[in-house]
Amino acid sequence: MIHPLDAVAAVGRGTIGVVRGTGAATLFGALGLSHLLRPPFYARMFLRAFVEFAYFSLPVVALTAVFSGMVIALQSFTGFSRFNADSAVAGVVALSVVRELAPVLAALLVSGRVGAAMAAELGTMRVTDQIDALGTLSTNPMKYLVAPRLLAGTVAVPLLVVVADILGIAGGFLVSTVKLGFSPHTYLVSTFDILTTTDVVVGLAKAAVFGFLIALMGCYHGYNSRGGAEGVGSATTSAVVSASILILAFDYVMTELFFAR
Amino acid sequence: MKNGAEPKIRIRGLRKAFGPKQVLDGVDLDVETGTSMVVIGGSGSGKSVLLKCILGLIEPDAGSIEINGHDVLQMDRQARERVNACVGMLFQQGALFDSLPVWENVAFGLLAQHKVARPEAKARAGEILAQVGLDPSVGELSPAELSGGMQKRVGLARAIAARPDILFFDEPTTGLDPIMGAVIDGLIVDCVKRLGSTAVAITHDMASATRIGDRAAMLYRGKLVWQGAASELLTTENPIVHQFTHGLRDGPIQMELRR
Repeated sequence: MIHPLDAVAAVGRGTIGVVRGTGAATLFGALGLSHLLRPPFYARMFLRAFVEFAYFSLPVVALTAVFSGMVIALQSFTGFSRFNADSAVAGVVALSVVRELAPVLAALLVSGRVGAAMAAELGTMRVTDQIDALGTLSTNPMKYLVAPRLLAGTVAVPLLVVVADILGIAGGFLVSTVKLGFSPHTYLVSTFDILTTTDVVVGLAKAAVFGFLIALMGCYHGYNSRGGAEGVGSATTSAVVSASILILAFDYVMTELFFAR
Repeated sequence: MKNGAEPKIRIRGLRKAFGPKQVLDGVDLDVETGTSMVVIGGSGSGKSVLLKCILGLIEPDAGSIEINGHDVLQMDRQARERVNACVGMLFQQGALFDSLPVWENVAFGLLAQHKVARPEAKARAGEILAQVGLDPSVGELSPAELSGGMQKRVGLARAIAARPDILFFDEPTTGLDPIMGAVIDGLIVDCVKRLGSTAVAITHDMASATRIGDRAAMLYRGKLVWQGAASELLTTENPIVHQFTHGLRDGPIQMELRR
C-alpha cells in the first residue's frame, strides 16, 4: 500500500537530487575553468573541439537563422500591417534575431548536435576505462578533456551567432524586399537605425554563456556516466535536456538583466 | 627507495567498501623490486579495485600504499602524477583512445609527459610496436580497426613506451584465445625482463598466472588468503586456492547464486 507521505518523500528526494546535481556540476565547471589558467594547455584538443563546435555546426545554424529571419518578417508584417505599422518590420526582425533568436536557436541546435556528441564521447571513454587510462599516463582528464571543450564552447558559439545574426537579418531582408515590397535601402537603414551595440554585444554574451553551458553539461554528464551503453545513452539525454533548460533559463535571466526596463 | 630491502610496493590494511559491500577488507601485500606479482581471485573479488587503489583511480577508505617508500595516499595530485609517470598499465579491454591513431596511443605518454616532438614520437612508437610483434604500419590505423589481440599488444606497447619502473596488468589475457593469450603473456614477460620493471598482474587465468608471475597471492572476500611462489599455485594445499585453481564446484568458496 502506498503511504501518503511517499509522495512527499519522492518530492524531497527529487529536490535533494537537483540541488546535489547543481552543486556537483558547478564544482565541475569551476574545476574545469581553473585548469584553463594552469599549464599544460592542450591546444590540439581545443582546436578539435572548436572545429566540432563551430565548423560542423555552421550549416545547420545558418539554415535555421535564414529561415527564422524569413518567418519573423512574414509574421510581423502580417500583424503590423493591420495597424499600418509595416515600417516596424525591419526593426522587429533585427531585434528578434540579434537579441533572442540567433543566440537561443543556435545554442539549442549546438546543444543537440555537439553537446550530445560530447556526452556520448566522454561517456564511452568513461565506461571503457579510457579516462582512467589518461590518469595512468600522468594526464589530468579534467585538463585534457574538459577544459579545452569548455573554452571551445565559450568561444565558438558567439562566432556562430555572428553568422546567424547576419543570415537571420538577411533572411528577413530577402522576404521583405522580394515578397513584401519593401525598399532595400529603407529596410537596411531601418535595421541599422534600431540596432545598438548593446543589442549585438549582449546577444554575443548570451551566446558565450550558452556555449559554456552546452560544453559543461556535455562534459559533466559524459564524464560521470556509469553503467555501460545504457549509462552513456542516459548521459547523452541528460546533457541535451539539462543544457536546453539552462539555455532558456539563462536567456531569461540575461534578458531581465540587460533589457528589462 | 629509502633502503635496498624495502619493497617496491607495500600495502598495509587496505580497506574499501561500496555501500554495504566490503570489497577490500584489510589487504596487506609486498611486491619486491624486479619481481612479478600475480593476484588471482574470482570475479567480483576486488582484484580490479585493488589495482585501481594502487594506481590512484579509486580512493580507499583506510590503509596505506607505499611506492618506493612513499605513501601515495598522502600525496597531492602533482606528486601523484609524478609517481604515475613511472608506471605503465595494461587495461583489461585495452582502453585505447579511439579518437587517436594507434601510433599516437602508443606515444601518448612520450608526447604528454616527456614533450617528445611528434615526428620523433611517431618513430619511437613504430619501434615499440615492433617490440610487441606489430608492424609499424599498424600505427596509422584506428584502434577500432584492430582485433582483440592486436589491441592488447598496442595497450602493452603504450604501457611500456615510457620505460616505466612498475607495470600493472589487468586481466591481460581475458577475451583472447589460448594461443594469443600465451603470446601476450610471453610479450609481457619479455617486456618486464627487458625493462627490469616490477610487475603486478591480476587475473583469473591460471595458465597466464603461472607464466607471468614470480609470486602469487589469492584475494577472497576482500582479504589475501594465500601468498607464495607462482609455481606453487597449482600444488598448494590451501583449500581455497586449490578449489579456485582447479575449478572445483565444491569447496570453501561458495558462489553467490540466486536459486
